[in-house]
Amino acid sequence: MIPNAKLLVSPSPHLKDRVSVRRIMFTVVLALMPATACGVYLFGLHALWVILVSVFSALVSEFLGYRAMGKRFTMDGSAVITGLLLALCLPPTVPLWMPAVGSSFAILVGKCAFGGLGQNLFNPALVGRAFLTLSWPSLMTRWVSPLEGVSTATPLGTWKSGGGYTSTWDLFLGNVAGCIGETSALAILLGGILLIALRYIDWRTPLSYIGTVGLLMLLLGEDPLFHMLAGGLFLGAFFMATDYVTTPLTGRGRVIFGVGAGLLVVVIRMYGGMPEGVTYSILIMNAFTPLIDRYTRPRVYGTVRRKWWERKK
Amino acid sequence: MVEKGAQVKTGQKIGDSPAAVSAPVHASLSGTVVELSQQRLPTGDKALSVVIESDGKDEWERMPPLDPGRASREELLQRVREAGIVGMGGAGFPTHVKLNPPKKVDTLVVNGVECEPYITADHRLMLEEGEKILEGAKIMAKILGVERVLIAIEDNKPDAIEHMEKLSEGVGKVVRLRTKYPQGDERHLLRAVLGREVPAGGLPLDVGAVVQNVGTCKAVRDAVLLGEPLVERVVTVTGEVAEPKNLRVRVGTPFSYLLQQCGGTVGGVKKVVAGGPMMGFAVYEDVPVVKTTGCVLVMGERQVVEEEEGPCIRCGRCVEACPMGLMPTHLVRLVRAKDFEACQQYNLLSCDECGCCAYVCPSKIPIVHVIREGKKGIRRLKK
Repeated sequence: MIPNAKLLVSPSPHLKDRVSVRRIMFTVVLALMPATACGVYLFGLHALWVILVSVFSALVSEFLGYRAMGKRFTMDGSAVITGLLLALCLPPTVPLWMPAVGSSFAILVGKCAFGGLGQNLFNPALVGRAFLTLSWPSLMTRWVSPLEGVSTATPLGTWKSGGGYTSTWDLFLGNVAGCIGETSALAILLGGILLIALRYIDWRTPLSYIGTVGLLMLLLGEDPLFHMLAGGLFLGAFFMATDYVTTPLTGRGRVIFGVGAGLLVVVIRMYGGMPEGVTYSILIMNAFTPLIDRYTRPRVYGTVRRKWWERKK
Repeated sequence: MVEKGAQVKTGQKIGDSPAAVSAPVHASLSGTVVELSQQRLPTGDKALSVVIESDGKDEWERMPPLDPGRASREELLQRVREAGIVGMGGAGFPTHVKLNPPKKVDTLVVNGVECEPYITADHRLMLEEGEKILEGAKIMAKILGVERVLIAIEDNKPDAIEHMEKLSEGVGKVVRLRTKYPQGDERHLLRAVLGREVPAGGLPLDVGAVVQNVGTCKAVRDAVLLGEPLVERVVTVTGEVAEPKNLRVRVGTPFSYLLQQCGGTVGGVKKVVAGGPMMGFAVYEDVPVVKTTGCVLVMGERQVVEEEEGPCIRCGRCVEACPMGLMPTHLVRLVRAKDFEACQQYNLLSCDECGCCAYVCPSKIPIVHVIREGKKGIRRLKK
C-alpha cells in the first residue's frame, strides 16, 4: 500500500452490478423500436409526428415538473418511455395537440404529482391515455386501415358489433386497424423477448396476463387466439403491466397482478360497453399493487409463514 | 500481560480477558515488546495492541501436545481456549464457546465454502492441508460428542471435493453444494446441507448443528497435536497486485508487507478491502492482519464504480436477490422514515449484510448501509 495513496472508503459491498436505471430505461425504449417502426410503416409519417410530439412533450413536462418540485431533472429515460408508450397507444389519426396534452398530463399528474420517479401509483402513460379518452372520446376512436388510411373499425370494434373475428395471421403481423404501436403482436414480441432475455422484465407477468385472457375466452366460447392478439393486450402485457414502479415487487405478486388484469380485460370486453379494456385493467390493478405487495411478502428465513387470514395488521 | 521492553517468544500468551466470550492473544513472533498502544484494526476500530520488534529467530514457546484419544473433553476444550482460537471464516467468534453448546447437537459441519468471491484461502488449505483439517474436525467431533461430520464444499472446487473425499473416509462425508454466494454463511450452509433453518434470532445449535470453518479446524489440530496457539493464518491477496497469492502469514503482519510480497500494486489503487468484495471493510491506512482476515483485496479504478444514488424504481431485484427472504427496498424506506418498530416487524434484524441487494440495485442505493443504520435504530429503541 502506498502510504499517502488516497484510498476510497465506503460501506460494503464493494462490487456492484453495472446495470443502472438509465440503462434499463433506454433498453426498454430500444425494445419498443420494432413496434414503433411497425406503427410508422403501417400508418405513415403522421404517426411518427405523434410519437415525436409525445416524447418531446413528456420530456419538457418532466423538466418543468421536477423544477416546480425542487428536484433535479435527470435524463434517466423514464419520461421518454412514458411519452413513447402513450403515443403507441393513440389512434394514428389524432391531431398533434393530443399527444402534447396527453403526455403533459401523464407526466405532471400521473407522475410528478405523486412525487416523481418511483412514487407514482398508476402507470403514467395509461393515466394520459385514460385522460384523453375521457375528454375527447370521438377523437380517440377514429381508426384507419393500415397502409391505405381508409376509415374503418378495429378488430375488437368489429367483433363487439357482431362482425366476427379478424384473421389471426393479420393480427399477428399487425395488418389491422388500431393504435399506432399495438397492432403487431410480432413486433411487440420481439422487444418483449429481448427484455425477458435480459431479465429486465418478469416473464410471469405477460404470461399470466395474456394466458388468463386466452383461457377465460376459451371457456366462454370465444376464439382465444383472437382475443389474445387483438387490441392492446400484447403492448399492455409486455410493456405496461411490467412497469416496475406500478406493479408488484414479488414474482407471486406479479402473477396475481397478471391474472387480475386478464380477468378485468375479459369482463370489460364481454360484459362492458367498450370493446377494449386493457387500459383500465392495468390501471385498476395498479391500485391493488400495494395490497398485493403486502400479502405476497416472501417468507423470511428462520420464520414460519402465517396464512394471510391469520395475520394481524 | 507483558511490559514494554519484555522479551517474548512466538506463541507466548500476551493478552487475555476474563470474559466468557473471549479468547487470548499470543505473540506471533519472538522479539522485544517496543510499545503497548492503540492500533487501527481492519474493521476501522482501534484496539490495545502489543507491538513486537522481531529478533529474527522465531523462537517458539509451545504448550505440551495432547493425545486427542486420551485427553478428556474438558482438557481439549481448555486447550482450544488457551490457543486463542476464533472462527476464522470471518466472524471471529471464540471457538471454545461454540464447541461447548448448552444444547445437544448431532452434526458438525466443516465449512469449506469460501465465504466470498475472490477468496481462495480455504480452497488452498483444503488442497494442501486436508489431512490436518480432518484431524481437527475429528477432535472437534469428539469435544462435541457428535457422530456425524459433514464437509461442505461448493461444486466450483471439484479438485478439493475429490481430494477431501479421498481423505475423509472414516471421518465424515463430503457434501457437494451448488456454488452460490452467500452459502459460506452458517445459516445458509445449514439450509443447504441439512435442510434445517436456524430460527430467526437463533443460533445453529438451535437446530442441532455446529459449523466450523476449515481454517479453524486446522488451528484446533495444531493447538492439540503440536501445542501451537493461533498465530498465523492463510490470507488471499488479490485484485490489482502484480502476483495474486495465498500467503501464510503471522497475525499482526501489516497489509503493506503482504502487498510487497505479491509484487506490489498495479495501476491506480482506489480501494483496499480487508475481507471479500461483498462484506469486507475498506481500509484507509495500513492495518495488520488479524485472526479473521481471510483476504486483502486491492481494487483499481476499473472495479470501483462510484455512482450517484437515484430513486428506487421498485424493480424488485433486491427482493429477488435477498437470501433471507427480506424486502430490502421496503426496509430502506422504513429506516429512512425512522419507523424502527415497523423495521423490526419486517425482520430487519435477520439481515446478514451479505450485500446481494446493494449489488443488484440499479439505483445504486447503499441498502446495506441503510440497514445497518436501522439495526442501530432498533437497538436504541430497545434501551
